[in-house]
Amino acid sequence: MKQLSTYRDADLTQKWVKAIASITTQTWNIMEVCGGQTHSIIKYGIDQLIPETIDLIHGPGCPVCVTPIAYIDKALAIAEQTDVIFCSFGDMLRVPGSANDLLNLKAQGADIRVVYSPMDAISLAQLNPHRQIVFFAVGFETTVPTTALAVYKAQQLRLPNFSLLSCHVRVPPVVSKLFNSPNNRVQGLLGAGHVSSVMGYHEYLPIASQYRIPIVITGFEPVDILQGLFFCIKQLENGQYEVENQYRRVVKLEGNLTAQQLMQKVFVTVDREWRGLGKITGGGLALNGNFSEWDAEQRFNTTSNIFKESSICKIGDILQGLIKPPQCPEFGNRCTPEHPVGATMVSSEGACAAYFRYRSTY
Amino acid sequence: MCLAVPGQIISLQDHLDPLLRCGLVNFLGIRKEISLAYVPEAKINDYVIVHAGFALAVLDEQEAQASLQVHQEYTDFEAVS
Repeated sequence: MKQLSTYRDADLTQKWVKAIASITTQTWNIMEVCGGQTHSIIKYGIDQLIPETIDLIHGPGCPVCVTPIAYIDKALAIAEQTDVIFCSFGDMLRVPGSANDLLNLKAQGADIRVVYSPMDAISLAQLNPHRQIVFFAVGFETTVPTTALAVYKAQQLRLPNFSLLSCHVRVPPVVSKLFNSPNNRVQGLLGAGHVSSVMGYHEYLPIASQYRIPIVITGFEPVDILQGLFFCIKQLENGQYEVENQYRRVVKLEGNLTAQQLMQKVFVTVDREWRGLGKITGGGLALNGNFSEWDAEQRFNTTSNIFKESSICKIGDILQGLIKPPQCPEFGNRCTPEHPVGATMVSSEGACAAYFRYRSTY
Repeated sequence: MCLAVPGQIISLQDHLDPLLRCGLVNFLGIRKEISLAYVPEAKINDYVIVHAGFALAVLDEQEAQASLQVHQEYTDFEAVS
């Protein structure tokens, strides 16, 4: 397929590398917000191709990583009940809770299933009318429309045995929080392409002008990322702080209005705790009152847990870009993808997992 | 998590409720039924960006072409020098 091969083309990649070198005159710290972009950067070695004066800071855009431990514990409490089939995306299974993880619970006999789409959980609910089917809804605005439609369909079908454990999170509030921090080092931002395909990018306009930080909505292929970096560095060198859209073949200013409409019908914005980052104002989505019948938190008792975070994982520093994964003393020692201490080593989008997988030397 | 992959629509199944419209999408040989709820404008042969069983956007061919022209504009050093 031409679209894909063009954006992975080696000659074009080299041309953009040269173009970036030709306009860079000083040190710039640029954050890519999305874990998918972090993965591409480390996989293709983009950080090693560009001038050393450009520091790429890996952002908090890994929903698996930022799902608070309280919700992992809630998931475990629901999944261990005998009448429950607990459905989740695969990369949540190994995220450590206070005392266990979903994969281990599955090995102990719980009925936990990995699904490709929330709609698979709806099918399971239809096929298993005597079991409770619970879907663990994690993810940014890219994923929210998919769970919104699952809840909509559950309502249409009057499915009494389906419910949602909703821990969806939103990108713009966390970007504001990072920029507002006294520790902030970020001077330019690559915005998350697929989140913006749903939400558009108008929410970034006031953020860019308030903090005087250029934001470039960027895709995921190597040429996309280099082009996004080029636009961002060009603005930084010229003292500009606009919102630009590199990923125009997918993202429009207004986003996907049909998806936004259903999201607004099903979910409501709430404050949410992010793992490693604390409470983010407006940083999460919960089912709105009209859909509370399908809210797993109301259907199951999950309130009595005492949460215990690992004392050695430096996830907060990693997610804010204050340190790079190899700077954590446990990286590659006590913490590996096989035995993850923290969530950033579990997910394929976690910065620690990307460095462990693609870097033989650190 | 926000991973989304492009595929081409090869057939459509319309539904009375537009939110339940589906299509068969070809991902480099792997065919899968995908919800087209959020791309009401999508037609057969369009490329769509798919995440967790849902098409979230139709790939804009004109914009893809335009961004190739951007490549030429900014990276054609050899031709200029």
